[in-house]
Amino acid sequence: MLIARVVGNVVATQKHRKFEGAKLMLVQPLNLDETPRGGTLLAVDGVGAGVSEKVLIVLEGRAAGEALGRKAAPVDAAIVGIVDSVDLYAIL
Amino acid sequence: MQLARVIGEVVATRKDENLTGLALLLVQPLNADRQPAGRPLVAVDAVGAGRGEYVFFVRGKEASFPYYPAEPPVDAGIVGIVDHWDVG
Repeated sequence: MLIARVVGNVVATQKHRKFEGAKLMLVQPLNLDETPRGGTLLAVDGVGAGVSEKVLIVLEGRAAGEALGRKAAPVDAAIVGIVDSVDLYAIL
Repeated sequence: MQLARVIGEVVATRKDENLTGLALLLVQPLNADRQPAGRPLVAVDAVGAGRGEYVFFVRGKEASFPYYPAEPPVDAGIVGIVDHWDVG
């Protein structure tokens, strides 16, 4: 999984039926120093995340489908948690 | 999934028979700021996206799911047409 920031949301009325009712959020994966890690992605939101929140995302289809709770859904990314804090051990 | 814009289409008369009848569109992946994110790629289109439209696509085996039970050999599939998005 990766830590990411929710940066926005997406409205798409015409979409595959398995997305019906799913919340589509724009997320920016982050490095540990909170700098952007790659580009922004779209993830279905299973935990009620809000814009600017730090979240946990999963980037794999089967897992994302499970987070969405639908079989054979054409998804490859999902928000699966809202991060309260990240503690980095001073051993690096 | 990733945002993208439909920038072209691909015609391939001789192809894997599981691809027959599927629209092959050229898409440019985008970041939330509409800037290109990586290089263009070919995606099958399951929602009837048109020229220049903003869409989102899925990567990997899941791209074949909209065609179940057929299993086209695809790794990228357009699964939504974006009305608008905002960056908070």
